[in-house]
Amino acid sequence: MNIDMAPNLSLVVLVAVLVGTGVYLLLERSLSRVIIGIALISNGVNVLMLVAGGSAGGPPLLGETAPEDMSDPLPQAMVLTAIVITLGMTAFLLAMAYRSWQLNGHDEVQDDLEDRRIARRAARDELSERVTDDSGATLAEDAADTRDETARGEDEHARVGHHPAALGADDEEAKP
Amino acid sequence: MPVVLPLIGAGLALAMARHPRVQGVVSVSVLTIVLGISVALLVMVDSGPMVLDVGGWAAPVGISLVVDRLAALMLVVSVTVTLAVLVYSLAQGVADGDEGAPLAVYHPTFLVLSAGVSNTFVTGDLFNLYVGFEILLAASFVLITLGGTRDRIRSGTIYVVVSLISSVIFLVAIALIYAATGTVNLAQLAVRLPEIDPNMQLILQLMLLVAFGIKAAVFPLSAWLPDSYPIAPAPVTAVFAGLLTKVGVYAIIRTQVLLFPDGRLDDLLKVVALATMVIGILGAVAQEDIKRLLSFTLVSHIGFMIWGISLSTEAGLSAAIFYVAHHITVQTALFLVAGLIERRGGTTSLVRLGSLARVAPLLAVLFFVPAMNLGGIPPMSGFLGKAGLIEASAQDGAGLSYALIVGGLVTSLLTLYAIAKTWNMAFWQEAPEPLPDTDTPSGMVGPAAGLVVFSLLLAVLAGPLYDYTDHASRDLRARVPYIVSVLPEHGRGTGQSPEVTEEGRRGEPESQSTSGEDR
Repeated sequence: MNIDMAPNLSLVVLVAVLVGTGVYLLLERSLSRVIIGIALISNGVNVLMLVAGGSAGGPPLLGETAPEDMSDPLPQAMVLTAIVITLGMTAFLLAMAYRSWQLNGHDEVQDDLEDRRIARRAARDELSERVTDDSGATLAEDAADTRDETARGEDEHARVGHHPAALGADDEEAKP
Repeated sequence: MPVVLPLIGAGLALAMARHPRVQGVVSVSVLTIVLGISVALLVMVDSGPMVLDVGGWAAPVGISLVVDRLAALMLVVSVTVTLAVLVYSLAQGVADGDEGAPLAVYHPTFLVLSAGVSNTFVTGDLFNLYVGFEILLAASFVLITLGGTRDRIRSGTIYVVVSLISSVIFLVAIALIYAATGTVNLAQLAVRLPEIDPNMQLILQLMLLVAFGIKAAVFPLSAWLPDSYPIAPAPVTAVFAGLLTKVGVYAIIRTQVLLFPDGRLDDLLKVVALATMVIGILGAVAQEDIKRLLSFTLVSHIGFMIWGISLSTEAGLSAAIFYVAHHITVQTALFLVAGLIERRGGTTSLVRLGSLARVAPLLAVLFFVPAMNLGGIPPMSGFLGKAGLIEASAQDGAGLSYALIVGGLVTSLLTLYAIAKTWNMAFWQEAPEPLPDTDTPSGMVGPAAGLVVFSLLLAVLAGPLYDYTDHASRDLRARVPYIVSVLPEHGRGTGQSPEVTEEGRRGEPESQSTSGEDR
């Protein structure tokens, strides 16, 4: 078989541009930009998949194109699958962004629990003493500061009320 | 069959959305049948790998499903665990009085998840592996954001984005592999990959490792896991912890051993394994919440499996497979028990739990047994898995292998420390405030107890099981049985395909129908 396997330069550039802009958007905090970034990257990869199939040819149907002129149908089938999957995932992410907007009034990706804990401790300039386990009093204190994601209801707000300053603005529970 | 049945069941369960009871019956019966089939497969593959060419297309053209010893063992363990978790969550649903909406989606999604996991285990085709991943990821996205509360959306966002990135990397790897070799069939890849440029091979191997490493939560790529898993409902966390990361580990085993047998990245894998073990467990030691602590031990013990793979000897691989089977059951059991503790004590925060040993002695036993198993106390399967790993790397004898032994021992001790801390604070220490007076329904205790017994059985049956994994790893290392059974003669499979199908022209209509199943 002597198929021309040299990739099409403009397609390769297209892949690079799509993926590059996608990665840039992905690094943003806003979830909707992240979604656009993911969509761009996925489309870039889909084009890459097409490039992987070699140069374009006639439709791969017997009787229409001579076998040596046919384009490779397998990457096209795979790209089709990938497009469908990306569509579903994007739709799900959009739904999550909307839900996040409903709940928080914005769709920014928040710091995770551990980050917030460390930030709070650094802000108060104290280390957890309960890890060292030597004093009973700080144990209770620290338990009161540490936001516990399994805690629910009244109790939670009561504890948050204790340390309004210590709980930074990035703590979601501190928001009304 | 293990793939198609749960999908049909999922459709049925979705149709029955109005009748939770019927849904439950459908899901349980479907999974029971699948379990039966898996056990049958486990017995049948003892004579050699079984191959099914989907749609009657011959192997390198169509999609082939391959079941060898490794796949069959993983199927049996995963389906058992899934079934136990399903029964557990059913009982929880009954106890909570079925508050409508989320549960209607729960059963279908759970079955789809099971189908995706099975698909990744049995597939003999790289792209179908991708599709399997996407099936289980789509299901897991729904499960992790179940109910759409604020915390779940927050952590779910991170989980979804990270998973999608790993999928994209995997897809790029597939595209490059196709461009380099002109096939995505694993058996044919095993033949063709050694023929291409070694540097290109290395790039492909690294890309696959990164993609699967994110899924398996291997150290530098593991940060997403302890943040996202604990937020989900207990049964969901249990099944995620048991299965999803192990799917990544399975994919690593499959691709590393079958496609890249010369093991050029073994040293890298060893370092990564060491880092995963030690750093994961250090994270666990610092935690004050049972679910988060267990998530960190999960990360840490992934390191043990990577250790076994990185030795690239039969003994190492065999121990890794044994460890995977052991860890799926133990970790799932622990998360289920954590769910029970949450139910009994109203919280999973160690600071506010206490005196459970007095209030709920059965719970204490249920926690104690798998916890000691995880820590690797001698008569149990955790010890046997670790002993196997240590023995294998001592045989290997390289400096890095001894470093791994030391790291593994330290990790085991620290695991024991973390577990003992949990035990002290939750079970022995006096509770700071009296615990709420709730009951734990027997339907929830039952499956958890069942899994604990199952994990003990693994220890009792360790001899035969080790024989089995030895065989499995010998098959894997030899590679020939796998390739020969997929491509019996002249590099073609068993299905019939039109005689005009030549090397240069490959059609694969099935991949589209698979995507139809995905939605």
